[in-house]
Amino acid sequence: MTEQRWRIQIDKRTCIGSGLCIGISPDHFRLVDGRSEPRAESVTPDDLVLDAAEFCPVEAILVRAENTMTILAPQQ
Amino acid sequence: MSSDAEVRDYPFGEPAGIEVDPLFAKLRREEPVSRIRLPYGGEGWLVTRHEDTKLVLADPRFSRARTVDRDDVPRTTPEPARGGFLLNMDPPEHNRLRRLVALAFTSRRVERLRPRVQEIVGERLAEIERHGPPTDLVRSLALQVPIVVICEMLGVPARDQERFQDFSDAVLSTTAYTPEEILAVRTALQTYLADMVRRRREQPTDDLLGALVAARDDEDRLSEEELINLGIGLLIAGHGTTANQISNFTYVLLTRPGSWDLLRERPDLVPGAVEELLRYVEFGTGGSFAKVATEDVLVGGVLIPAGDAVFVNAQAANRDETVFDSPDEVDLLRQPNPHLAFGHGLHHCLGAQLARLILQVTIGSLVRHFPSLRLAVPAEDVPWKTGLLVRGPKALPVSW
Ligand code: HEM
Ligand code: SF4
Repeated sequence: MTEQRWRIQIDKRTCIGSGLCIGISPDHFRLVDGRSEPRAESVTPDDLVLDAAEFCPVEAILVRAENTMTILAPQQ
Repeated sequence: MSSDAEVRDYPFGEPAGIEVDPLFAKLRREEPVSRIRLPYGGEGWLVTRHEDTKLVLADPRFSRARTVDRDDVPRTTPEPARGGFLLNMDPPEHNRLRRLVALAFTSRRVERLRPRVQEIVGERLAEIERHGPPTDLVRSLALQVPIVVICEMLGVPARDQERFQDFSDAVLSTTAYTPEEILAVRTALQTYLADMVRRRREQPTDDLLGALVAARDDEDRLSEEELINLGIGLLIAGHGTTANQISNFTYVLLTRPGSWDLLRERPDLVPGAVEELLRYVEFGTGGSFAKVATEDVLVGGVLIPAGDAVFVNAQAANRDETVFDSPDEVDLLRQPNPHLAFGHGLHHCLGAQLARLILQVTIGSLVRHFPSLRLAVPAEDVPWKTGLLVRGPKALPVSW
């Protein structure tokens, strides 16, 4: 039995560096040269990661379930 | 170097038009984290560098909720900060409420409004044309566009806009209104919004307010008070700021030789020009909302002790010479432009993409329709608002 994991992807060309995701969870995101980057691409489930993907003004953050690759956020 | 102990009165003074106080540049260079004394609530810290500003705005160790209803937190207004608005909330309340509205404000969703915004602006410009020169652009354009867009989005009749006008001026007031006046306007708007909510209970709508009512009633995701405050917050946060910036941006473009012509010849430069104007023209006068350190935090080498209040100032950060070349010049081609006009971090402006759309369409259309637009009075005779947290001309007489 493997525990469920999520995958975080950020489209750096779309990111406008708003800092929202970093403000929500500095443990998951950081700014590098003014653009956001996940600290780790594979993470244990955490609602803050979903908030970050929902709040991103340009929907640059994609969160998926690692086993099924289903999109968890942002809502389509 | 100035002495460590110096405590300056803040804000530094009533700004003249869109001028930035030279003291910010001096502080950035010599004392980037300095002590200030506010008109109410005592002393705090002022952070002026771009990098430190981003840290204060994004670091969860700084709290907004800790400023609410606290008489001992430094501020520019007689009354302590009021709770109930996104801006004054910390997680998890902040995130729960922002989640309900975030999707409606993404680039993708906002872009769908472009044709309608274009139409609203087009109608105003046709009206201005019909009346003939001169016109006061504040009344004939700036105050007319953002309010209509935001009202339509929320689903409240734009004909009620005068109520929001009074309210946003009152909320952003340092001295222009008495506390009694502010309270009266606030109560009136609460009653008004409550009525809008009640109508949606009788007859559901598919606008943003309707969606919030459904989230309240069907899913219990927010309280009645939160629902009403969220509606009020959207109305006031969006309309005054954007209206003032339409006037401010037009003023800057008309008083910098060559700018209007450049945008006329190169309409593709409008989005970048709007970013530069956002950087250059800080809409606030300096008295932004404080954040309180919840533990000791090191900012720019200075230890901010737990419990202390910190102020940032976008006009200081946006002129940081280590980030922007020739920061005091308007360079409509500036690239990249990592300005902080919409804030940074958790409270980054919810309406940023909407504001960008409105500003791009309004400035772009104005340049196209009135290629020969000019001020109808000498620049130094343009009258500016005073006593408010936001800056903008009281009137902007133009001719063509
Ligand atoms: C040129 C126009 C605008 C400017 C310069 C602007 C600027 C800002 C800034 C600097 C903040 C962060 C304040 C802080 O952290 O202290 C903010 C927050 C906010 N803005 Fe705007 N804004 C504009 C237009 C709008 C519009 C059109 C809307 C909505 C219709 C809006 C809604 C909000 C809301 C709700 C917040 C609070 C967000 C939160 O706390 O999560 N703004 N804005
Ligand atoms: S929220 Fe989106 S735009 Fe803002 S920094 Fe994160 S990824 Fe970039």
